[in-house]
Amino acid sequence: MNNKYHPALFWFAVLNAVATFLLIGLGGLVTSHEAGMSVPDWPTSYGYNMFALPIKFWTGGAFFEHTHRLLASVVGFLTTILAIWLWLKDSRKWMIWLGIAAFLGVIAQGILGGLRVKLQMDSLGIFHGAVAQTFLVLVCAIALFTSRWWQNSETEKQDSVPRGLRKHIFYVTILIFIQLLIAATMRHQHAGLAISDFPLAHGKIWPDASADAVVRYNAERVETYNVKPITAFQVELQMIHRLVAYTIFLGVAAAFFLARKKLGGRDALTKFAFFWLILLSLQIVLGAATIWKNKAADIATLHVMVGALALLTGALWWLVAARRTRLAV
Amino acid sequence: MKKSLLLLSLGLFAVTQFAQAGDLTGVISLKGTPPAEKELSPIKDDPNCSVSYPGALPKTKFYVVDASGDLADVVVVLKGISAPSTGASAAPVVMDQKGCLYYPQILAVQTGQKIIVKNSDNCVHNVHTVPKANDSQNLVQMPGGADLTFTFAKPEPFLKFQCDVHPWMFAWVTVVDGPYFAVSGADGKFTIKNVPPGKYTLEATHRKLGTQTAEVEVKADGAAQNFTFEVK
Repeated sequence: MNNKYHPALFWFAVLNAVATFLLIGLGGLVTSHEAGMSVPDWPTSYGYNMFALPIKFWTGGAFFEHTHRLLASVVGFLTTILAIWLWLKDSRKWMIWLGIAAFLGVIAQGILGGLRVKLQMDSLGIFHGAVAQTFLVLVCAIALFTSRWWQNSETEKQDSVPRGLRKHIFYVTILIFIQLLIAATMRHQHAGLAISDFPLAHGKIWPDASADAVVRYNAERVETYNVKPITAFQVELQMIHRLVAYTIFLGVAAAFFLARKKLGGRDALTKFAFFWLILLSLQIVLGAATIWKNKAADIATLHVMVGALALLTGALWWLVAARRTRLAV
Repeated sequence: MKKSLLLLSLGLFAVTQFAQAGDLTGVISLKGTPPAEKELSPIKDDPNCSVSYPGALPKTKFYVVDASGDLADVVVVLKGISAPSTGASAAPVVMDQKGCLYYPQILAVQTGQKIIVKNSDNCVHNVHTVPKANDSQNLVQMPGGADLTFTFAKPEPFLKFQCDVHPWMFAWVTVVDGPYFAVSGADGKFTIKNVPPGKYTLEATHRKLGTQTAEVEVKADGAAQNFTFEVK
């Protein structure tokens, strides 16, 4: 069914997507600064109404946690308006359901964040991070579906994208999501860097993760942040994270070369794949820098944000490719 | 009558035991060069905390060792002794937050013994316990706010206290199910007082260097047992 393009709705959806992306960044800062538990109560903050917390308490880790809560409220408000707007203005039934899904998603995410504080459960932090990434893809997809290109694409000639290339992009995107789950698990162990050197790992290609070695690693660490002692599981998890990172990089590089071969260098999707490759290159550098700089909060957070962008790029690429292919038939 | 006699006998037994009890003393030493302590540089970004340090910033204190190699902050616990916790009646232990640091950073208490946490700073702290065996707590403490009281029901080594507002602030509390323990001082010395004569296992644990044990025999005039930790 044709749907009328509403510029205001589209730009509002973009605003919501940008706010969500910034919220992920702010959430990254909360975890990077080990500040997630700095405000022990929720939905109040230090006993105050969250929106009335005096500025003098916005200090240290509480600054990141409290501003994260405030921005989350803004995103919740924007998403609610977006869902209502879609319901009122969009004639596509599935878009109304997407709006409802986004609304329920943002509510669930807020409650998850609150429960993570109230129940003091690190594992909920992992789930909170994973839902954040999924929610970003959802709100960006809504922005894409309300765009002029998407709505006018039916009346324009479209070139199909080979099934093999689409499948390749799909699997690499899924792998990126798995990588983000691994990363969230690493970050929410609150143990700092399990391996503090790169490209080697504790001086070896594959580190010793025996009990004696882990005792030695912990004895050698001089933590300036309130991180937990590292475990063998965390050492091995970081190695898996590295291996998956290399695999994703090769997968994205292959996606770019395949796109250039199948679609031509001037195709928008080839250019988008090139952007993806640039992102992945940057992400590898940021991952290395996170280790070299002993998990400096700003660098670690940039690593989180570029990771979110990498997932988003793959997802949007696949959606656009699927749309083009469907209309080209 | 029988009851009175029983109580009298028990009292006499206790007095006799106490009269015979000796102090278990020792010195903890460190061999080798520990990793260099790091400056707590994040403090400079927080005006509420940096005001306490007009000069050099404080450093981490993982290896508190003097020029002679005497090692502080080692928790020494007597094992194999049947002695119930007297924590409920023991004097509370005070832990202060001053200059956005915990004092002391390492301490030991009995199960049920009160830990009073003070806030001497002019800023808000959250006192967040991260135990493995006990229940976790996370409480806010305003500047000038009332003292907080913590007790722990189960024994646990190095239960962490941390402030997430100032994430360089942490302390560790070892909870022991009995009264026979000590923490080595700045001179590396420790004393466990009034140990009844007998053969026991003495366990010394440093948070970074691990645990050492020794078999000791305490006599009426006490006993001495030293430990030497090594940086590998």
